[in-house]
Amino acid sequence: MKRASLLQRGWVIVPILVALVITALLLLAFKVSPVEGFGAMIRGAFGDMSKTLSVTAFWVPMTLAAVGLVVSFTAGLWNIGVEGQIVMGAIAASWLALKLDVPRGLLIPLEMLAAMAAGAIWAGIVAVLKTRGKVHEIFGGLAFNNLAIIFTNYLISGPWQPPEGGTFRGTSPFPDKALLPLLGDSRLSPISVVMVIVAVVGVFLILRGTAWGLKLKALGKNPDSAFLLGVSSERETILALMLCGALAGLGGAVRVTSWFDSLRQSISGGIGYLALLVVMLSAFRVAIVPFVSFFFSAVLNGSITLQLRTQLHSALGGILTGVMVLLVLLFGDIRTLRILPGQRRKKAVPDE
Amino acid sequence: MQLQIKGIRKYFGDVKANDGISLTLQPGKIYGLLGENGAGKSTLMKVLSGYHKPDSGEITLGKEGVRFDSPAEALASGIGMIYQDPLDVPSMRILDNYLLGRDRKVLLDRAEALQELRQTARRVGFEVDPQAFIDTLTLGERQQLELLRLLAMGAEVLILDEPTTGISGEQKEELFDSIRKLATVEGKTVILVSHKLAEVQELCHHVFVLRKGKLVGEAEIPCLTEDLVRLMFEDVPPRTARVPHVRQEKALELQEVGIDGERLQVSGLSFDVQSGEVFGLAGLEGSGQRLLLQACAGLIHPSQGRIFLNGRDVTRFHFHRMRSQGVAYLPAGRLEEGLVAGLSLTEHIALATMDREFLIDWKRYVEETQRRIDRYQIVGQPETLVDELSGGNQQRALFALLRSPLQLMLLEHPTRGLDVRSADWIWQLLMQRVEDGAAILFMSADLDELIERSDRIAAFSGGRMSRIVQAQETTAEELGYLIGGER
Repeated sequence: MKRASLLQRGWVIVPILVALVITALLLLAFKVSPVEGFGAMIRGAFGDMSKTLSVTAFWVPMTLAAVGLVVSFTAGLWNIGVEGQIVMGAIAASWLALKLDVPRGLLIPLEMLAAMAAGAIWAGIVAVLKTRGKVHEIFGGLAFNNLAIIFTNYLISGPWQPPEGGTFRGTSPFPDKALLPLLGDSRLSPISVVMVIVAVVGVFLILRGTAWGLKLKALGKNPDSAFLLGVSSERETILALMLCGALAGLGGAVRVTSWFDSLRQSISGGIGYLALLVVMLSAFRVAIVPFVSFFFSAVLNGSITLQLRTQLHSALGGILTGVMVLLVLLFGDIRTLRILPGQRRKKAVPDE
Repeated sequence: MQLQIKGIRKYFGDVKANDGISLTLQPGKIYGLLGENGAGKSTLMKVLSGYHKPDSGEITLGKEGVRFDSPAEALASGIGMIYQDPLDVPSMRILDNYLLGRDRKVLLDRAEALQELRQTARRVGFEVDPQAFIDTLTLGERQQLELLRLLAMGAEVLILDEPTTGISGEQKEELFDSIRKLATVEGKTVILVSHKLAEVQELCHHVFVLRKGKLVGEAEIPCLTEDLVRLMFEDVPPRTARVPHVRQEKALELQEVGIDGERLQVSGLSFDVQSGEVFGLAGLEGSGQRLLLQACAGLIHPSQGRIFLNGRDVTRFHFHRMRSQGVAYLPAGRLEEGLVAGLSLTEHIALATMDREFLIDWKRYVEETQRRIDRYQIVGQPETLVDELSGGNQQRALFALLRSPLQLMLLEHPTRGLDVRSADWIWQLLMQRVEDGAAILFMSADLDELIERSDRIAAFSGGRMSRIVQAQETTAEELGYLIGGER
C-alpha cells in the first residue's frame, strides 16, 4: 500500500519533467541553449533580492485566490468567476482608497473588508444564479468576469478618471495612507504575506476540522447522497462560492494597494485563471497550493528576464506552466485509463 | 463445447473472493450457481466473462485454453454475460443498440441487421419492436434484447446474473422458456447465478454451491431444498419469528394525496400507518410506490391532499425538516443516492449524526463509528471508504447511519441483493426500531418478504393503490392479482 502511494506521488514528477523537456525543445527550435534559457529564467526570478521580492509580491494575490478556489473545488464547483471576483475586490478597495478620508490604521482594514465583501457578493450572485436559476457556475462566472472588466473600464474612463484627463490606463495614484506598507523599494507588503498564511491555515482547518468542511466535501463528491444525509446543497453552494469570492477579492485589494498604486485597466491580468491552474496542479490540496503558486510566480517573472536576455517572448513562461498543467491532468487520466474497467473501482471485499 | 474452469483464484487485497474453484460444464445443460452474498459467485462469473483477470487458474473451452483481456474477447470466444443492469444506451433505438459493438464496418447495414434481429427473436420466442427506444422498455425487455444481441454475436455460453430481480412474473416465464429452448434445442451452456432456490429448482439441471470462495458442493436437480440451504449456509438460518408491535396511534396519515411524477400520476391516496406497524408496498417498478415514499419523505410535494405525521400537518415540509422530525428515507441506489463515494465511514457517521456543531470532534466520531461497525457487523474500519465496501456492507452502512429515535422509516428495497441470512439480520435491526415505536413503510419486489415482514400490504399498479390486505391472511397469488391491477 505504501509503495503504491509512493509510486503515485512519484508520478507527479513525470509530467513536470516532460514539460521541461518540451520547453527545452522549444528553446532549441529558436536556437537558444536551454541551459542559458532556464538559467536566465532562474536569474530573472531569484537573481537578486528585489527580484525574489517581486516574485513573492506577485505570488500573494494569486495564492489568496487559489486558496479560495480549493474551497469551491471541494464543493464540486468550477468557480471560473474568480477572475471577476478579484477585479471587484480591487474596485471596492480602490473606491475607499480614492474617496474615503480616514486615518491609515482604519482605512486599510476597511479597504480589505470592502474588497472581501465585493468579491463575495460577485460570487454570491453566480451562486444564486446556479441554485435558483439553474445557470451553470462556469457560464455565470464567465459572464460576470466580463461585466467586472467592463465596469473597471467604465470607472477608469468615466467617474474615476484622473483630473488631468483620461488615459484609459488607470486612475490617479492613491494617497500613501491608502497603500499597504511595503518592504523597502519592493512591491511586497509583509502584511499581505500574513494574510496568505492566515488564509492557507484557515482553509486547511475549515476543510479538515469543521462540520461545514465535511459538508462541502460530501457535496462535491455526491450532491444527491449529501442531500439525503442532511446537507443543504443550496446554502453550502452559496457559502462556498462566497468564501472563495472573499479571498479572491482580498487578492484584488492587494493588487491595487501594493503591486500597483491605482486601479488599472487589466488589474488582475489573468491571475484568477492562473490560480485555477495552480489548484489543479496542486491536486486540489490546500497545503500544496502555496508552493505550486510560488513556482508559477517564479516562472512567470523569470520569463521577463528571459525575454530581455534572449529576445524570446516572455510568453514562454506561460507555455511552460500551461504545458505542465495539461500534462499533469493528462497523466492523471492516463493512470486511470491504464486500469481495466473492472479494476477501476477497487473493492476491499468483492461485490456480489 | 465443454467449458472447464480449473483452480481459479482471485483475491481482492486479503479477501479470497475465489479460492481455487474448478467446475466442468457440458453443452446443452443449465447450471445453477448458488451461494450467499460474498460467496464469490459474481467474481467467478466476471472472471469467466473477461471482466476480471484471475490471479491464477485456467479456463478451457473445448480443447483450447483461453485467456480474456476484456468482455469483448470473451464474447468473441463465445462466452456472453447478461448483467443485472443491462449495458445499453437508454436514449437509443433498439435496432441501433443492437448494431452497437456488432457491426465492425463503417457503413451500417440496417436492413440486414433488422432481419437478423427479427429472426433471432423468433428463434428464441421474444417479441421486439426494433424501432422502440430503450428507455420505454422494462428491465425484462432490455434483458431480452441483451440476450438476443449475445446470441447474434455467437455466444455459446450464456451467463445470467440474478436475471429475475426486478422483472415481472410473465417476463420470468418467457425468459425461462427461452433459456430451456436455447439449452435443449440449440445446445448452449447456460449458467444462472442466483440466490433464489425456487428458481434454481425450477430451471436448472445441475447446481454448484459456493461458500467463502470455494466450491462446497454440487447436486443434480431435483434435490432437497434443505440440502442446498445447508450447503449454502452450513446451517439452516432460523427465521426470526414475527411479533406484531402495532400501537393504536397514527404515525402517518394521508388524506386524498395526489402526486405528479415525471411519467406517472398517482392520485387518491388515503390510508394511515400506525406506530410500530410495518406497511408493505407491492408493485412493479415505476407503478407509484416510490413516488409515495418520496412524498412522505418531503422529497417531492404532493399536488393535492394532505400528509400528517403524528397528527401534525407536514404536507409542505421539506426533506431536511422531515428528517429532523424523525423521518428516515433509505433509497434503493446505495452509492448513487445513499452514500458518498470517496468519504470514509467515520465521515459518513459524522455527516449523518452531527447537530449544529462547528468543529468536528474526530476522536469521538471514530469511536462512535467503531461502535456502529461492531453493532451493524460491517466488514471495514472507521477510515474505510464506503466505495471499498461490498454491496452487503454498504447496505449495513446505510442502516448504521440512521438516527435515533425514529418516527417513520421509508425504505426502498431494504434487502435487495442480500442473501437470506443478511436479509433476516437487516429485518431484525428494523424490528428493533419498530419495537421502539417507529412505523415502517417499505416497498419491495419480493412478495415473500412483503408477506412475511409486513402487518398490512397494498399494491400499486399504474399509479393506483389497491385495497389494503392483512399480511397474515393474504397469499402471493392474491398480491399477484393486485399488482396486475385486478381487484
